Amino acid sequence: MSTRDWLLEDSPTSRWQANAGRAYRVFTAMLRNPLSVVGGVIILVLILTAILAPWIAPYSATGQDLANRLAPPSEAHWMGTDELGRDIFSRVIWGSQITLTIVGLVALISAPLGLLVGAIAGYFGGWTDRVLMGFTDIFLSMPKLILALAFVAALGPGINNAIIAIAITSWPAYARIARAETLTIRNAEFIQAVQLQGASPLRVIVQHVLPLCTSSMIIRVTLDMAGVILTAAGLGFIGLGAQPPLPEWGAMISRGRTFILDQWWVATMPGFAIIIVSLGFCFLGDGLRDVLDPKSEGK
Amino acid sequence: MSLEPQIAVTPVHSPSSGRKWGRGVSAVFGFAATVFLTFLGLLAITFFIGRVIPIDPVLAVVGDRASNEVYEAARVAMGLDQPLPVQFFHYVVNVFSGDLGQSVSTGRAVVDDLSRFFPATLEMATIGIIIGVALGVPLGVIAASRQGSVIDQIIRVVGLLGYSMPAFWLGLVGLALFYARLRWVGGPGRLDIFYDGLVSPVTGLLLVDSLLAGEPEIFWNAVTHLVLPASVLGFFSLAYIARMTRSFMLDQLSQEFVTTARVKGVPERVVIWRHAFNPIRVPLITVIGLSYAGLLEGSVMIETVFSWPGIGNYLTTALLNADMNAVLGSTLVIGAVFIFINKVSDVLYRVLDPRAR
Amino acid sequence: MAPMLEVKNLRVSFPTHRGRVEVVKGISFDLGRERLGIVGESGSGKSMTGRAILKLIRKPGLVTADRLAFEGIDILDQSEKQMRAIRGARISMVMQDPKFSLNPVMTVGEQIAEALVTHEKLPRHAVNERILSMLEAVRINDPKRVAGLYPHEVSGGMGQRVMIAMMLIPEPELLIADEPTSALDVSVQAQVLDIIDDLVTTKGMGLILISHDLNLVSRYCDRILVMNSGAVVEECAAGQLDQARHPYTRGLLAAMPTIDESRDELPVLDRTQWAGT
Repeated sequence: MSTRDWLLEDSPTSRWQANAGRAYRVFTAMLRNPLSVVGGVIILVLILTAILAPWIAPYSATGQDLANRLAPPSEAHWMGTDELGRDIFSRVIWGSQITLTIVGLVALISAPLGLLVGAIAGYFGGWTDRVLMGFTDIFLSMPKLILALAFVAALGPGINNAIIAIAITSWPAYARIARAETLTIRNAEFIQAVQLQGASPLRVIVQHVLPLCTSSMIIRVTLDMAGVILTAAGLGFIGLGAQPPLPEWGAMISRGRTFILDQWWVATMPGFAIIIVSLGFCFLGDGLRDVLDPKSEGK
Repeated sequence: MSLEPQIAVTPVHSPSSGRKWGRGVSAVFGFAATVFLTFLGLLAITFFIGRVIPIDPVLAVVGDRASNEVYEAARVAMGLDQPLPVQFFHYVVNVFSGDLGQSVSTGRAVVDDLSRFFPATLEMATIGIIIGVALGVPLGVIAASRQGSVIDQIIRVVGLLGYSMPAFWLGLVGLALFYARLRWVGGPGRLDIFYDGLVSPVTGLLLVDSLLAGEPEIFWNAVTHLVLPASVLGFFSLAYIARMTRSFMLDQLSQEFVTTARVKGVPERVVIWRHAFNPIRVPLITVIGLSYAGLLEGSVMIETVFSWPGIGNYLTTALLNADMNAVLGSTLVIGAVFIFINKVSDVLYRVLDPRAR
Repeated sequence: MAPMLEVKNLRVSFPTHRGRVEVVKGISFDLGRERLGIVGESGSGKSMTGRAILKLIRKPGLVTADRLAFEGIDILDQSEKQMRAIRGARISMVMQDPKFSLNPVMTVGEQIAEALVTHEKLPRHAVNERILSMLEAVRINDPKRVAGLYPHEVSGGMGQRVMIAMMLIPEPELLIADEPTSALDVSVQAQVLDIIDDLVTTKGMGLILISHDLNLVSRYCDRILVMNSGAVVEECAAGQLDQARHPYTRGLLAAMPTIDESRDELPVLDRTQWAGT
């Protein structure tokens, strides 16, 4: 039996085989959609760039060369140099590490938090639900960016606080999804079976409810990542996110603002990086949604 | 920029009935209650941000060079010697009586500052939403009626760019291109320095004030300054509105009653506008409302780029000066307007849907 | 004289991941001013046949036929504009569920008026008169009031009568009724079909009644086509159903309960007896 047959087996003999088979089917379905392939490649390149930055970047991210400041794009400096003579291409490459860190940490903090709040609200219902969802709704009806700005203002500027602020403002959307999913499975017979076996609510939620919420959660998180990148870049642009000399893309655009009228490349180049990576997450998220959740497909 | 309102809207399908008046009254009452509760929630959050998170809120207000006496006086004046619930109560009372404290950087009451800066933001966001609606709705309809065509693909790409392009970056690129290179539009600010202060503010909206004062030259100058930032904002609302219109229209076009109309021999133009578009007008109002609220938020970044003397610029200046009263005041005002538009479009949606009549 | 509707080797196909799939596989029939029933289970291609006659199958669906002609007009040759003059005015269609097939935000009267004025320019009061008399013809007692209602304010049976009124008001020559009663309560099904039957017979129109209900079709039609997975497997006069030869038809007939049922268990269709599962 070939690996492919093993993966596509109609009656898998182990949980591992079932999961692997499902992953394989999702993967092949994604390959049929050109845009999601493009998105996947962009994200893959982003991750590889972040890991291999020391070897890819032709120059250091912080090394100054004042004799060569504000040089236009050339063969030596593909994206030109900034006001301190630093190579913008190298800084964009190093900046991918920061972007990836922000995106990863925000997802790691806000998705589980939202998942837990939503699952608890949906599973217990009643007052627990009303209080938790009331709280969620209040957060949801606030302008996200402004709220993040205010939080960073109170916490103090810096990349860690920016991550915390973004995570604080993005969990409510996940709580809503998790609650909706939980409500649909709460009364399913297999949940009742587990309850009859004496499983504690914690066990039911963690072992049986949460795993079923993950696919819609993954879709939503992926789609939201573009927004997270933009918010982080915005905080950096205003001067509240990553601080100089960190090569964060938003902060780099902010530095280039002064020179936008004559040395356009300083501010423009990091913007392309932001757009490409955000588009990558959009494409990937759209593709994932079409495969994992065909119901909500944008026809 | 994330001008993306967070609440998804789907057209109501289930017909509901009920007495008109009973519905109206309970809708208004429920509306007032949710707006009040959400606003209280907003206050709780700003209170939390202003008084609880900072290790020493007094220091945040008086600055670290203040003497001990000043510090103590400020501490008592701020009511920080009292328990948190009491402090919160005072905070709420102050806000509702229009007292948002003093701004450290301008030395004026935050409320006065905000009322001076707000019209500039309002003017920009309003022109922005007009651009977004005027282009976004027709584009969305065209895209849906020619699904898969070149124009549909272009609109999809525009929609995705609206998701993934930083607004401040687009503003900068626009300035470099249309102002510095092509000289098509005015630069940063609301007017050329030459005209500044020549028109006395009546409404605070320069386009209106300059016309009231009978100064067409200043009016045109204001237009050249406004067109670029408003178009940048308009682009993001266009992207969002076009995408939502497209998906609503596709949903309608796949309905049976659209086939019915075709069976009747109705021309395709009428099928699209009368049968498919009419039912989505109400959800579109909600989308436009949300998008307008999103523009107020998005203007924070745009105003920074264009040195636009609006509430967003005021907020970012305050942020960098750690001027907490001004920060929280602006947050409160933007948040309140945002919530209000959000809820109003929500209610409009329920009241205007003919299926609920 | 040529029949009103000629269909020869009609094929409808849709693209899928695994290439084009034919849902109608070369069916042929002629129709005069008579009542033809098309019977088949869901997915047998009977609805697609009805829609193909009106040229309502949209891209990426593909319709081909050796001949598809209505009163000598080649339907497949007609432009979209020429088709609009045929749709409604000459061939009309009653659809399944009035809950979905009536526009939710237009009043009943507006929708009926639209069907009429699309094809005939009439003064306002004449339009109103025609609407009221048409509503009366479909046995609606209080036509003035009903004309001002929104579709969600009328019952399913009433909605379907409105639909019939709307489709017959421009006086077409052929009516296609696509499962006109399957969304309705059993109690009003007969009423609705009686109305259709009555109007079609008195106006001398042709009728294609598409249904999954063999019993019903045999009661209201002169001739019956039985379709199974895209092909016609049986064609006979309504009265001669008991002489049907194809195993599919025989299976369907056998599965039908009778008033004085003596069998303990109704037989289930055995699908292995004919080709194409």
